[in-house]
Amino acid sequence: MGSVSEPQSPKASPASTGGAGERAFRWLTSGAGLVVVAAVVLIGVFLIVQAVPSLIANHANFFTSAQFNTGDANNLMFGIRDLLVVTLLSSLMALAIAMPVGLGIALFLTQYTPSRLARPFAFVIGVLAAVPSIVYGLWGILVLAPVIEPFAQFLQTYLGWFFLFSPGNISPVLTGTIFTAGIILAIMILPIITATTQEVFRQTPRFQIEAAQALGATRWEVIRMAVLPYGRSGFIAASMLGLGRALGETIAILLVIRASTSPSHGSLFDGGYTFASLIASAASEFSQPLPTGAYIAAGLVLFVLTFVVNAIARVVAGGKVNG
Amino acid sequence: MSTALDAPDRPAVPETFRSVSASRKIKNQAATVLVTLAFLIAVIPLVWLLVSVLVKGIPAIVSADWWTKSLSGVTPDEVRGGVYHAIAGTLIQALIAGIFAVPIGILAAVYLVEYGRGRLAKITSFMVDILSGVPSIVAALFIFALFISILGFDQSGFLVGLALVLLMLPVVIRNTQEMLQLVPDELREAAYALGIPKWKTILRIVLPTALSGTVTGVMLAFARVMGETAPVLVLVGYARAINFNPFQGNMASLPLLIYTELSTNPSAAGQLRIWGGALTLIIIVMIFQIIASVISRFSSISK
Repeated sequence: MGSVSEPQSPKASPASTGGAGERAFRWLTSGAGLVVVAAVVLIGVFLIVQAVPSLIANHANFFTSAQFNTGDANNLMFGIRDLLVVTLLSSLMALAIAMPVGLGIALFLTQYTPSRLARPFAFVIGVLAAVPSIVYGLWGILVLAPVIEPFAQFLQTYLGWFFLFSPGNISPVLTGTIFTAGIILAIMILPIITATTQEVFRQTPRFQIEAAQALGATRWEVIRMAVLPYGRSGFIAASMLGLGRALGETIAILLVIRASTSPSHGSLFDGGYTFASLIASAASEFSQPLPTGAYIAAGLVLFVLTFVVNAIARVVAGGKVNG
Repeated sequence: MSTALDAPDRPAVPETFRSVSASRKIKNQAATVLVTLAFLIAVIPLVWLLVSVLVKGIPAIVSADWWTKSLSGVTPDEVRGGVYHAIAGTLIQALIAGIFAVPIGILAAVYLVEYGRGRLAKITSFMVDILSGVPSIVAALFIFALFISILGFDQSGFLVGLALVLLMLPVVIRNTQEMLQLVPDELREAAYALGIPKWKTILRIVLPTALSGTVTGVMLAFARVMGETAPVLVLVGYARAINFNPFQGNMASLPLLIYTELSTNPSAAGQLRIWGGALTLIIIVMIFQIIASVISRFSSISK
């Protein structure tokens, strides 16, 4: 999961190109590769095909409207403004927490942990990745949210003048906000960021580290002079992969963030829906084509968002991150 | 220079290696503390989460009925019945995904490592990355748009399996690819030297050598898709009884059971089932993870 790699040059080939068996096998494997390409292309195509009729029938501006009214198929009014705000706020908050912590963990596991302990420690982080997202959502809303409520209250009382911490649209409730979701998402994307970053840090050329050590550098100076410059692009790529995961997270967000009747004004203490959680919440009502198409249009935007973020990750990594 | 000539017997140590200045020492210490803290910060929620799931879930899963009975005929507030129907559904849906994703994934990995050349290989590799980033809800919507909206199928467990194929494929491909890369070229060349064609070399030499690693990747892919909730919300209805037929009718799965009980059943029995279901799901995912790591120990090639 979450890997970025350049195709390596193919392995050695025999002198003869072989007969019918060779050709058949070559076609079979190329066909499997094509299935992957086709899958991604078809996802885009079918989402567009299903979304366009609803977009045409839409009476509100798709990009600037904050409402999502699909109850009346003859008078569809839907826009993604609030979905975008909630999705970006929760994901960026998660990134702001998970990036420094993930970097720290990757350094701890590669530069500070004795090799005897590296395996069990990395396993611990791996367990974080193995916990299903519905369990994170469950734990987040039932266990974590009440515990961090006083902290949220504190932020709102003393930093409420700043728009991120101003009273939200589900005020005075402070559990089940974007803030809660941001923390849960941070925990969920931590293993992704850590795993990929760690892998790049391990590839730091030995001679660069030894050169720094020979100059009398302390451990931290070795990291600053050799490890970080080498691994920077990999770390950014890893963070992008984490962001992509956070943008598309569905069930944890659906369980954690409360619905809200008034539009968002950009506070972390708002409620509402992300693209993914809105689609999942309405899934049981997918019966008429036009209202369903409205949700598919939201899904299309999410697909484009994650496509772009993952493509950026790949370009930034430039083949350094592998496997 | 002149000092060295004047007193050749004096060791060079004092001048050459000056002690590390206080500010550098402090910075170094601070960095050590910070990265250790970062690790601890990650461990706290993990332990906290596992402990709360264990404490609240164990009372549910210790009864024998939990593993052998469904919720058929059990009223929502009755502490009775089990999640056998949901476990069966989870495994059946994952199996359907595996039937498609494992062969396609392995073949695609073979293509990327052994044959991939030129533009198609570049595009394929790029698309594998994109596919691994496709959110599960988008994969579910795609299957919904294609099979339910356009082709007119009914909701079923089979469609969930198809959505899971999309999520499983990139995991299988990347893991297999990594393993194939590790197979020493000498093995391939030795086979070619004996006049064995490339495809037979791949089937008889390369894939068997990479087998344990590939199986590990497949197990990890299973572990990943079994916890997915978004596809089951969109593509299948919840059933309280056992349904082994993925092509017809509603079918439960552990995530769907947890979600349904959470959103419709506020009673104490519902709470018990929610946490019991969460613990059961973690246990099943963990079993696959452990199988994966045990198999990778027996790997014939190592990183």
